[in-house]
Amino acid sequence: MKLVTAIIKPFKLDDVRQALSEIGVQGITVTEVKGFGRQKGHTELYRGAEYVVDFLPKVKLEIGIDDDKVDAVIDAISSAANTGKIGDGKIFVANLEQTIRIRTGETGPEAL
Amino acid sequence: MNSTKFTGAAAGMACLLLPSLALADELSGADTAWILTSTALVLFMTIPGLALFYAGLVRSKNVLSVLMQCFAITCLASLIWFTYGYGLAFGDGGSMQKWIGNLDLFMSGVGRDSLSGTIPETVFAMFQMTFAIITPALVVGGFAERMKFSAMLWFSALWLTLVYLPVCHWVWGGGWLGDLGLLDFAGGTVVHINAGVAAIVAALVMGNRKGFGSVAMPPHNLTMTVAGAAMLWVGWFGFNAGSALAANGDAGMAMLVTHIGAAAGSLAWMFMEWVRHGKPSVLGIVTGMVAGLGTITPASGFVGPMAALIIGFTAGVVCYVATSFIKRQLKIDDSLDVFPVHGVGGILGTLCAGLFVGTLGGVGLSEGMTTGGQVWIQFIGVAATFVWCAVLTWIILKLIDAVVGLRVDSDEETQGLDIVLHDETGYNL
Repeated sequence: MKLVTAIIKPFKLDDVRQALSEIGVQGITVTEVKGFGRQKGHTELYRGAEYVVDFLPKVKLEIGIDDDKVDAVIDAISSAANTGKIGDGKIFVANLEQTIRIRTGETGPEAL
Repeated sequence: MNSTKFTGAAAGMACLLLPSLALADELSGADTAWILTSTALVLFMTIPGLALFYAGLVRSKNVLSVLMQCFAITCLASLIWFTYGYGLAFGDGGSMQKWIGNLDLFMSGVGRDSLSGTIPETVFAMFQMTFAIITPALVVGGFAERMKFSAMLWFSALWLTLVYLPVCHWVWGGGWLGDLGLLDFAGGTVVHINAGVAAIVAALVMGNRKGFGSVAMPPHNLTMTVAGAAMLWVGWFGFNAGSALAANGDAGMAMLVTHIGAAAGSLAWMFMEWVRHGKPSVLGIVTGMVAGLGTITPASGFVGPMAALIIGFTAGVVCYVATSFIKRQLKIDDSLDVFPVHGVGGILGTLCAGLFVGTLGGVGLSEGMTTGGQVWIQFIGVAATFVWCAVLTWIILKLIDAVVGLRVDSDEETQGLDIVLHDETGYNL
């Protein structure tokens, strides 16, 4: 099992969710986050006072999937979240040791 | 109580031009209705107008503290006005009349049938009370986000007593500046220079907010600020057109020039930012509005609409430059820019009242007066208010600092005044 974590532009969330549904992903967890990468921040100006805003709003998705779906999920996210402009985000893939469905007590891939 | 029975914003001027008016003592229902309305409009400027305008500009951890300061000042200034303020500002001071009114306590001479000009004296006193409320409330912007609440109450009470009341008497209550022929229709000196100077002196005495210049302190809710600003614009009609103290042509012209001043100031500031920084900002356009309104205030009953256009545009540009200069060059943390907007605007407007009274549709200079002479009188009014306010404000603050302390401590400032001073938070979302 793998845990895919994707950081994307907030306005791309619907497209990504749609693309993931189409390949049969059952559930995702979404968090509003802030951060910076190569895109860096921007400046805001209030009555002559200039502030550099370092952290930009992004959306973080977490998806637990079986090993055979990893490539499809990565493809779906990559193509749906891509604008070609700086700041499109990143996808991280990590090994997932265990999954437990709380209601039934199922474990492993059945619990995904 | 008032021996002349005719006092107010335009009293000095009107008495010079139309001595017969001073004897008018028949109640006018129309005048009374308009000043009742204006009184409500000016109170509306402070709560909720100014309170929201300021509350949106601070960080979310201090939103309640600013709302609380405006609200508490409203209550405190009202009771001071009732107790001794009205007497000191507008009472007959006898041999001291040049400098201060009298100590008739609890508005004892004001009854159901007392008249002030053509309106009940109760209405006149209430109208003027709303000016005594908004002026110390404007000062809040200078010391926002760091002052102890107790110190703020002491300061507002002492400042109202020792700065506002004397200056109000000098200009509108039959004192020496009014006698001199100073033109201040609705409070360039009494309200705006007073508030602006007090705010910057407070910022200097108290010191900058922790992290000023290095930590980002953006306004936490500009929608609140814009809503408050729009309320100020509407309320300002009562402030300026109400200062005619009658429902007449002066009031109508004051309303027109007030509106033009606000619109011109807004656009001037907006375009300044657009040219210098590439984008027109929402905060910029509403700040320009306040600058335009503050600047037209002293001139509003004396000048014509073309002059108002010039005054408004000039206000937007000059106050914009002053704001950047004080913040970026002088690095003074007049936190909500009270001095560069109200102080500079008040000075500019008071001088412009003299400059434009005799031209471009103004009411005309009094007999024998030249424009140069009038501007000189305006300058004396500006300088006297500036110096009196600066010195007394400094003394009051030093005194309070020694007795109760002005600032919350550093940790409390970081935590925010809402939770530290009031045990509440503005947002439980």
